[in-house]
Amino acid sequence: MDPAFLAVQALSGLSSASSLFITACGLTIVFGVTRIVNFAHGSLYMIGAYTAATLVPRLLELSFGPVTFWAGILASAVIVGLIGVIIEVLLLRRIYGAPELFQLLATFGVVLVVQDLVVQVFGPQDILGPRAPGLRAPVEILGRRFPSYELVLIAAGPIVLGLVWLLLRKTRFGVLVRAATQDRDMVASLGVNQALLFTGTLFLGAFLAGLGGALQIPRVSANTGMDLSIIAEAFVVTVVGGMGSVPGAFLAALIIGQLQAFGILIFPKSTLVVVFLLMAVVLAIRPHGFFGRAEIVGGTHAVGISSRAPLPGRQLILLVVIAVLAAFPLLADAYLLKVATEILIFALFAFSLQLLIGVGGVVSFGHAAFFGLGAYGAALAVKWYGVSMEAALPLGLALAALGACLVGAFVVRLSGIYLAMMTLAAAQILYAVAFQWVDVTGGDNGIVGVWPSSWASGPAPYYLLTAALTVVTVLLLKRIIDAPFGYALRAARDSESRAEAIGLKVRQHRWMAFMIAGAAAGLAGGLYAFSRGSVDPSLLGISTSVDALTMLLLGGIQTVMGPLVGAAALHALRDWIMPLTSLWRLLLGLSIIAMVLIFPRGLVGTVRDWWEARA
Amino acid sequence: MTLLAVNGLHKSFGGVVAARDVTFTVARGEMLAIIGPNGAGKSTVFNMVGGQLRPDRGQVLLDGQDITHASPQKRFRRGVGRTFQVAQTFLSMSAAENVQMALISCNRQSSGLWTAARERHRDKAVELLSRVGMAEAADTPCSALAYGDVKRVELAIALAGQPKLLLMDEPTAGMAPRERAALMDLTASIAESQGIGVLFTEHDMDVVFGHAARVLVLLRGQIIAAGTPDEVRQDEQVKRAYLGDERALEPPRGVSPA
Repeated sequence: MDPAFLAVQALSGLSSASSLFITACGLTIVFGVTRIVNFAHGSLYMIGAYTAATLVPRLLELSFGPVTFWAGILASAVIVGLIGVIIEVLLLRRIYGAPELFQLLATFGVVLVVQDLVVQVFGPQDILGPRAPGLRAPVEILGRRFPSYELVLIAAGPIVLGLVWLLLRKTRFGVLVRAATQDRDMVASLGVNQALLFTGTLFLGAFLAGLGGALQIPRVSANTGMDLSIIAEAFVVTVVGGMGSVPGAFLAALIIGQLQAFGILIFPKSTLVVVFLLMAVVLAIRPHGFFGRAEIVGGTHAVGISSRAPLPGRQLILLVVIAVLAAFPLLADAYLLKVATEILIFALFAFSLQLLIGVGGVVSFGHAAFFGLGAYGAALAVKWYGVSMEAALPLGLALAALGACLVGAFVVRLSGIYLAMMTLAAAQILYAVAFQWVDVTGGDNGIVGVWPSSWASGPAPYYLLTAALTVVTVLLLKRIIDAPFGYALRAARDSESRAEAIGLKVRQHRWMAFMIAGAAAGLAGGLYAFSRGSVDPSLLGISTSVDALTMLLLGGIQTVMGPLVGAAALHALRDWIMPLTSLWRLLLGLSIIAMVLIFPRGLVGTVRDWWEARA
Repeated sequence: MTLLAVNGLHKSFGGVVAARDVTFTVARGEMLAIIGPNGAGKSTVFNMVGGQLRPDRGQVLLDGQDITHASPQKRFRRGVGRTFQVAQTFLSMSAAENVQMALISCNRQSSGLWTAARERHRDKAVELLSRVGMAEAADTPCSALAYGDVKRVELAIALAGQPKLLLMDEPTAGMAPRERAALMDLTASIAESQGIGVLFTEHDMDVVFGHAARVLVLLRGQIIAAGTPDEVRQDEQVKRAYLGDERALEPPRGVSPA
């Protein structure tokens, strides 16, 4: 192969590594000190890009020159830093002690809020920034033209690494940051002003995110998809490098930059898959990344259901619920039946996640993977093999269970935030496959023509089929939760060392739980595919995973039946409010944040506590 | 008769040798205490016997069988029960369910998917709880129990596996002085009546000299003395190890400090 081509490819790998490092470095510092995985870090990056793309041209009109350009970039980063401070003071400060699932969800709420706000403030169009004065002409490298701005970016990474190193080594603030990364409680008990330290850390982290974003403006236009695409890569960099480790992030960014630059030659469409596979391999060998430490990350993650005396008259309640579900088609029109069908499907999906999170304490952030596998499994069976719905649904379920078996094999060794990131990565890999393997999956358009068999077609029959399958599966799962298997999962969640000391094979049980939960989610996915007649990659996306998590949160993580109520509430609200406003994501994000802050026990949990307090 | 034989255990962390050629035995029904100043290697030795740490060299034999490399789970099945320095129970479950869970695991039913867990081995669990004086609290959630009671429940959990050897890491840490004696008296009577060997580490010298049949003294990873409480108390090396706190090893006189 042409050496010049290889050199240019390696250089562009280095420049993307630099950008990635600058952003991920902020994420890892914030995590080290606050132990919060800040989903909104990508949003800060996006705000940095938008701010710079808007601000720098205005400044250049006043006085054209390199100084103005770079001052504009830095000013944008400072503005983002201040936004980070606002987020810390208003939100993060209140959730440092919360379970990590709540932290992830709350910061994801910020992502949703920012997505709508950015459109409101900067408008819906992509904004292309100005090129850097003095760096417009490309340079020749081994006879090939290479953008000179990229060379500056290559230098920017090590410069930021050096400056951060100086900051952490030579200043009092840096000493405190390093101390807090090692032992937050010890720093607190030494009388350090924690509020100030955390706010300062958030400023630094957000500043770096903003800088990372602002530096992009001559290369790519600021757009609304930047936040989630960079956060996925930044997560990989911080996890591979070891959460909280700045040098680890640098090393990981270098590797990933090169992997992307050369991976594109081997798998032209699937660099994302290559990147996530790297993460899977690294975590399989080193469960805490290159330089990470074994520790319990985040707050307590042992929130979940606990033993309660069986509800008196529960058989009667169950009969009434089944009767109401069965009689519903007599009262409802086709539209309501369609809505009810989807609610039931999502209730099943959320309930399957409850087995992992509420029972097992395994915070899976990529449950959409199994929902999507079920949907795609069924749709592919219909499209390529022409099988009927009766055969396609079990095939989808089987594919989801198989996927859960594979993913589970990787993730059961991990814990806490690494597990959440790994499940997220698994879902993103599948998303990328569904999106990019156009010949088989139809790519962005998905697969259409997935219709139920004639006996089950029409709103009422399909509703009844869904209701029957959902009720049976939920009852089976409930049985499993109450059986020794469910108790063993709870035992491992409550105290892993105690569970091992009484001979429980914790990993095997968790693996099994992954397969059961994956199979149930796959059934929900298959039902969803036939209810809509089509599948598309969004079923595998982050937002589908977050939907399920929001349903859990809304219903109450500490209750067995909460997810069912949460699914109904979220779906009904969405159906009702989404047509009325263009700011649905803003509302949803604010509601998620509000739930975490003031309503963490969810609907069912709150009602139950109120009931018990009265009795 | 020898129940546990530990031969030449060695473990180092980087340059620090935490255990150097540690050799001792525990007989059935015997209570053996490991003491030593902070950092002497007590927990290291303890965790190598319990399966939480792998030794660099040496052997751990239970009833003549090599368990040096067995996982904690396997050790449980071979008859090793343990309690932790900070009591480890399942806080989301009632006291009875905690013990039932251990019984379920003991009977290899932990993958059961049908019959509810709370209906299995209930009577046996309540009986075990009554043995540690916690029968009345059978249906109380563990999260609502006082710490001393949680320690008793933990003992009941450890006994549910019908252990031959009980490992207790600082069994009385965090307890009130009166509770300490009660818990150790209880342990001693159970150990004696069922022929269970007990290996424990402890900081409270009253507990050590009041309940251990033999005492091992560790210093910088090495055993510097072993013998009955009286022999150990007279040992010059031990006195020096506890220098600065010469009275630490003396039997309590007059009113007990509390």
